Amino acid sequence: MLKPRSWPLWLIFLIVVTVPILIGYVWLLLSSFNDRVHGLTPAGDWGLSNWRFLWENVGRRPSIWTVMLNTLLFAGGVSVTVVIVSAMAAYAVSRLSFPGRSWFLGLILVLHAFPAVSLLIASYYVLVVLGLFDSLLGVILVMTSFMMPLGIWLLKGFFDSLSWEMEMAALVDGASRWRIFWRIAMPLVSPGLFAVGIFTFLVAWGEFILPYTFIVSGRTWTFSIYLNSMIGDFEMADYGLLGAVGLFYMLPAVAVFFFGQRYLLTMYSGGSKG
Amino acid sequence: MSTPAAATDRGAARHGGNRASSWKLPALFLLPALIIVLLFFFGPAIVTGYLSMTDLSARTLSDPSFVGFDNYEYVLGSRWTPLILRNTLFYVGVTLLFNVGMGLVLAIVISGMSDRVGNVFRLLWLLPRITSPVIYVVMWQALMARAPYGFLSQLTGQSQNWVNAYPWHSVILINGVVGASLGMLIFTAAIRSIPEDLFRAAAVDGATTWQTVRRVILPLMRWPIMFVTAYQTLSLLASFEYILLLTNGGPGFFTTEVWSLWAYKEAFQSYVGNVEFGLGAAMAAFLVVTGIVASLIYLRVFRFNDLLARPKIEVN
Repeated sequence: MLKPRSWPLWLIFLIVVTVPILIGYVWLLLSSFNDRVHGLTPAGDWGLSNWRFLWENVGRRPSIWTVMLNTLLFAGGVSVTVVIVSAMAAYAVSRLSFPGRSWFLGLILVLHAFPAVSLLIASYYVLVVLGLFDSLLGVILVMTSFMMPLGIWLLKGFFDSLSWEMEMAALVDGASRWRIFWRIAMPLVSPGLFAVGIFTFLVAWGEFILPYTFIVSGRTWTFSIYLNSMIGDFEMADYGLLGAVGLFYMLPAVAVFFFGQRYLLTMYSGGSKG
Repeated sequence: MSTPAAATDRGAARHGGNRASSWKLPALFLLPALIIVLLFFFGPAIVTGYLSMTDLSARTLSDPSFVGFDNYEYVLGSRWTPLILRNTLFYVGVTLLFNVGMGLVLAIVISGMSDRVGNVFRLLWLLPRITSPVIYVVMWQALMARAPYGFLSQLTGQSQNWVNAYPWHSVILINGVVGASLGMLIFTAAIRSIPEDLFRAAAVDGATTWQTVRRVILPLMRWPIMFVTAYQTLSLLASFEYILLLTNGGPGFFTTEVWSLWAYKEAFQSYVGNVEFGLGAAMAAFLVVTGIVASLIYLRVFRFNDLLARPKIEVN
């Protein structure tokens, strides 16, 4: 739709700025299958020894499968909680009239814009008081609070665009609002639920600060902590092992991304309006 | 709620008669969200305020005492404060320019491509966002390491740790690449919603590409651009994970230390083994206040009241 005469120049610019990113991921791939990589030149033997973390524990770290399970529980838990909690609140805001509604919507928008990380120190105390420090449930709840405002705001848009006829018919037939919400409204907004769920899953899957700060014991480690424990001194780090663990860590996220791409694009176009 | 009762409730609520029952149903739907807001926003905000007035640290854990505004005085009087404030403004400002500018350029240039080629570029720019910060930072660190390991050292023939040699360049580029993808996605969606006719009309009128970008695309994208700018300003102000992983505020003393990282380190990391929760909370309090003020301004700018249409369906 827009082809300037300087088009080749722009294309070259785009390629130049994109190549470093590509090089980064090529390095990651190479270094996971080779003993030593100098720059982008493999300098050692090819092999799977960097992938040994799959069948044995590295150092005194927990097994990778425990870590994988924890990360799945964390990201999945956050995703499901955010979707359910946000959908309920979004439905109320979209379909019910109650005193303080505009106050609540304003609050959600402020919370969405508000940098929640700045409350980290105090969240530590809240978790300790609730007895949830160093537990997956604790980090799931804190992460849910980070993602929920966006979830409510996006899902409100999806509920707003539903036509009212079906719900009206069900109401006339004597169904309760609670039942209508679960049986009629929720299935109709499922693209929105998927979009929010997938987006939340991806963000939670990569989250570093929360697990790193609030999880201590090895049995509840997630991937971020596992990787971070391998870095220590950067010049001394085993890049091959790191690359392999890093790739392994990325696989589920990339798979979820490919599966969810079409939902995500609808979310972004909806999100840009609000 | 039984059916006949619900029906009478609805009737009552419509006439504004029965206040209590018009609360019950919304309260049920809102309860989980409200509990989370109370526990993880209001609670911590109050706790931050309280902690910031105590001398709570690893040493005084069992018996903290109230110190009033001492922590605030300390923060304002610290000899590092001006430097860190400058660092924070520099970091947020320059990264923001890179984020938004690059996001815009990417969106416009990629929109001119076929979807097939465009998707490849979009995916490559999205990868950093779905890669864990830990791997993403390690990746850059490896490329910028000394010879023979680092690609950049190999390429330039100058063996050095490029992150340490150019700490700010590295911090800003590495954050900027991640941030640009948000702008790219939102701007792409916005460009796609511009009617094709406008481009044709501009072409018929003999507009150059630059004129089309300046007179057609940019004015129509005012809101998305403002949204991304406002949103990114706040996220950058509070985000520190990439800096923590890349330079940890170094090299040396506070070279790339920003406000949020400073607060985090006071409260959770300490070289002398004494973490200062109270002091960290006072530093965080500055961020909390900045965040609240900025988000209120942001709502004003985005004309929140316009977004707040009455619910379409007023049945209760």
